[in-house]
Amino acid sequence: MEIKVVQKVLSVNERMAEENRRLFSEKGVCVINVMSSPGSGKTAILEKTLARMAGKVPSAVIVGDVCTTHDADRLARTGVPVLQINTDAFGGDCHLAAHVVEKAAGELDLSRIQLLFVENVGNLVCPAEFDIGEDRRVVVMSVTEGEDKPLKYPVMFRTCHVTLINKTDLLPHLDYDLAKAKENVLQVHPDMPIFTVSAQTGEGMTGWVDWLKACVEEKVSGGR
Amino acid sequence: MFVKTWGGWGNFVPRRSAMHEMGIAMEILTIASASIPEPLKGAKVRSIRLKVGKLTAVIPESLRFCFDIVSKDTPLSGAHLHIEEIPVVARCKACQNQWTLSGPSFSCPFCESGKLEILSGRELDIDAIEIEEDDDGKPVKGKA
Ligand SMILES: Nc1nc2c(ncn2[C@@H]2O[C@H](COP(=O)(O)OP(=O)(O)OP(=O)(O)O)[C@@H](O)[C@H]2O)c(=O)[nH]1
Ligand SMILES: [Mg+2]
Ligand SMILES: [Zn+2]
Repeated sequence: MEIKVVQKVLSVNERMAEENRRLFSEKGVCVINVMSSPGSGKTAILEKTLARMAGKVPSAVIVGDVCTTHDADRLARTGVPVLQINTDAFGGDCHLAAHVVEKAAGELDLSRIQLLFVENVGNLVCPAEFDIGEDRRVVVMSVTEGEDKPLKYPVMFRTCHVTLINKTDLLPHLDYDLAKAKENVLQVHPDMPIFTVSAQTGEGMTGWVDWLKACVEEKVSGGR
Repeated sequence: MFVKTWGGWGNFVPRRSAMHEMGIAMEILTIASASIPEPLKGAKVRSIRLKVGKLTAVIPESLRFCFDIVSKDTPLSGAHLHIEEIPVVARCKACQNQWTLSGPSFSCPFCESGKLEILSGRELDIDAIEIEEDDDGKPVKGKA
């Protein structure tokens, strides 16, 4: 005997993500989901970015980490509210799900911020499938990884709105083909904006920060 | 834990743990359990039919493996996951051509435009569940 179901497996997450999106819109908060392989420099980029937003765009960070608080400690030094999610408590998950972000957001005073970063768990597979109610999705890859990352993880690169290529300060020491890397990004996602940055030296951060400010402005003025 | 090739997409193989499918297997268990009508609660489920797009990061073998673990000691224990893999089909917004992608190249093979619409390949759906019946067509009771 067959029973028809016809339902999306991730429908619970999707519903929750939509609820988050509604809440964030109501509060005028622009939410940026930051994803990468472990160690590509998400935390370092956020540290530099938050320093540049200080006094201009009130911000906060939610950071997912499997079991440490290192990233949260680093980010808290920038002076913005930081919420650490130990995904271990949610079954050691390899991504942040919408209900986890909802819990964390509930701990923040959303009426005081305009920009909320979510540093996802270092992983290019799982976070691609889980909507958390963000406005923009950002993927970071670094020049110490292969140029073929976009080809290996096309879903991630297709679902993101912008790519950051980090650690450009190391380029002189590597034989990394930056042009090839960009070409690969554009192969899976034509027209995707790409910023090459160094979280170490701050090089290239201006373009990225301006892009972010434009997103915040659009959101605050109720454009999306 | 698991190093598996990604169905048919050649060398483009994400290497990672089985964690991802674990969460998905749990969702499937929840939805399938909730879909069994009240009078049939506790009946043995023979199979669950799923549609899985090739663009999702789900490897059928890993998903079956995880489902066997999470469904242990439930009425769905032993249910077979019948997975229909859905190819990635795109349509070019510039020239309207439609084709099946065989790898992660997302520009039109006819006019090279990058403006595509993905028509299928991201599905992750439960279609139906099948309840086990005895020779008289009566539902068989499950273990738990
Ligand atoms: N040379 C150089 N090193 C960098 C740069 N950005 C980050 N790093 C270093 O790379 C390492 C990882 O950086 P993180 O910012 O912790 O990376 P992450 O993506 O947050 O890592 P996880 O949260 O563990 O996934 C650290 O040792 C950083 O100091 C950069 O632009 N240049
Ligand atoms: Mg980090
Ligand atoms: Zn075309």
